[in-house]
Amino acid sequence: MLAVVDAQNLVDALGLGAIYALMAVGIGLVFGVLRLVNFAYGQLIMAGAFALAYASRANWSTWEAILGCFGVVIGLSLVMEWTVFRPLRTQSPAVMLVATFAVAFLLQSIALLLVLQVQGQLGVPASAVAQLAQAVTIGGVVVRKVTIVSVVVAVVALGLLALLLGRTTIGLQMRAAATDFTTARLLGVSANRVITLAVLLAGVIAAVVAVLLTARTPYVQSDFALHDMIIVLVGVVVGGIDRLWTATLGGFVIGFTSGVVYGALPTDKTAYLPSVVFALVIVVLLIRPAGLFVRSRTTSVERV
Amino acid sequence: MRLLGRPYELLGPAAVVVAVGIVGSFTSNATEIYFETALVSVAIVVALYVFVGNSGVLSFGQLSFAAVGAYVAGIMTVPVDSKTGELPDAFPLLRDHAVGNATSFVLATAIGALYALVAGAALMRLSGLAAGIATLAVLEITHNILHEWTRIGPGAGLLSSISETTGILQATVGALVVMAIAFAYQRSRLGRQLRATREDPAAAQAVGISIHRQRLWAFALSGALSGFAGALYVHEIGSLTADQLYLELTFLSLAMLVVGGLTSLWGAVLGALAISGLDSFLGQAESGVNVGFTLDLPTGTRLVTVGTVMALTLIVKPSGLTGGREFSLGWLTRWRRRAT
Repeated sequence: MLAVVDAQNLVDALGLGAIYALMAVGIGLVFGVLRLVNFAYGQLIMAGAFALAYASRANWSTWEAILGCFGVVIGLSLVMEWTVFRPLRTQSPAVMLVATFAVAFLLQSIALLLVLQVQGQLGVPASAVAQLAQAVTIGGVVVRKVTIVSVVVAVVALGLLALLLGRTTIGLQMRAAATDFTTARLLGVSANRVITLAVLLAGVIAAVVAVLLTARTPYVQSDFALHDMIIVLVGVVVGGIDRLWTATLGGFVIGFTSGVVYGALPTDKTAYLPSVVFALVIVVLLIRPAGLFVRSRTTSVERV
Repeated sequence: MRLLGRPYELLGPAAVVVAVGIVGSFTSNATEIYFETALVSVAIVVALYVFVGNSGVLSFGQLSFAAVGAYVAGIMTVPVDSKTGELPDAFPLLRDHAVGNATSFVLATAIGALYALVAGAALMRLSGLAAGIATLAVLEITHNILHEWTRIGPGAGLLSSISETTGILQATVGALVVMAIAFAYQRSRLGRQLRATREDPAAAQAVGISIHRQRLWAFALSGALSGFAGALYVHEIGSLTADQLYLELTFLSLAMLVVGGLTSLWGAVLGALAISGLDSFLGQAESGVNVGFTLDLPTGTRLVTVGTVMALTLIVKPSGLTGGREFSLGWLTRWRRRAT
């Protein structure tokens, strides 16, 4: 049943894994300081994709379009932090999750409304970043430029983030806040400062992901990135949501696995890709309920 | 008796549901459908509440069990003659047999419970938040398989000619049955144990309650009731596609529960009725409705409004309209005291 997994397949899987890892970082950063799983993260990416699409329609150059995308996504992240995250900061994680779920659907519905009303159609093509989708052949393997860019960007972004968290004062404060928010505040860490920085960093990453995903699928609809987001959220849980690096690895692994499974499934069975991937997830969770990369089993009771 | 203490906590919401049913039965056929939808929503949301409300763990997956129930009830009540045309690829067991209305409800309930038990056995071992997110995996698998596999259903197509037995009577009775079981459960020993784990997991474990086991029971019961509610749903609509019971309805049913108040039966009932009413009205308004003047909203306003209401409720009053409390007659005694 399984076809041979070849180099081509591995390269594609690597590209997807890199993008999902970036999304997982965005989720994990905010979760670390706020204990908030941001379901609406996918809709930030969607907003960025729409910014790219409309910039393409207005014939902006590639760099102007990408700049616009960053502006929209970062602006929207900060608005989300001020209007939603901040009032809900003291609520339980379940309430915060369902609130961001509401925001996600709200943003998606607004996008649908706008696209239907203004365009009279379901989606908008984004050609501004089309040159990223061009392919080059390396040693018999067809690689789209976006795949190379994704991997490079992911590695660079993770490297910079590691430097920020490990080598700067604010990074130390963020790590402290992620470990024990109350004690960190007692020791003089400004809650608003670390949270705003986490949201800001997550926003920048969302903008990067928006560019990469739009280059892969240039037709932007209101459910853009929705399913990617669901897969990444599950991946983050599989990896272990309590730590940034395990969450990131979880995102990468589920992206990479999706890519490999897609290549391994016979062509007429590829429609079952989500079932196979999520079934694998459940098997993994059965074996390692605390997370795939979590070394010691934490207690089953969450104490905050 | 503990189980029946404060019976008005059930009778109050039940009276509201019966009132909705009675009012609905006096309206025109075109309007009656909105009342039926509201009552079916009550069943779906109360089924969701049995797990989410009692355990405090969010679940995005409960609609999978409603979907499976709807499929079983729908497919098994389509007459055998029309099935060979509508479901040519289906397994002979599904294609060559048909059952009556009552049996279809039993089947839907059983399959919902079984599916939830299997899925829950895997997922309930996770910690609260992680379990909630992981239920998305169940929803995705269910939707994917129902959408693609033509041996168990219509696949991406539409299954029609399902008997539309859920009129206003069946909808009312169905909602009441689900509510009564939910109430009995939350008053039972098992329900109280689960509620204890919601309030303080560490203390609950210290007195010997197994969080995993209690969550699993509630998950399975919620699955059974969801399957039942799915059957109610499919017999109301009369047709079925995989996309009907997916993210949008998950969002709507969670919105109903949140707006009403996550932690009480009364909240689930009130939220379902309120949001379903709003949703139906806006749905009509999207195709033009006369409310003194002609109100014609653009397509998509419905979800934008419901999303806004849900988000605002969470920000302004996170415990919902009812404050997460059960129906009480406190206001009545206060009023009587003031009168005397």
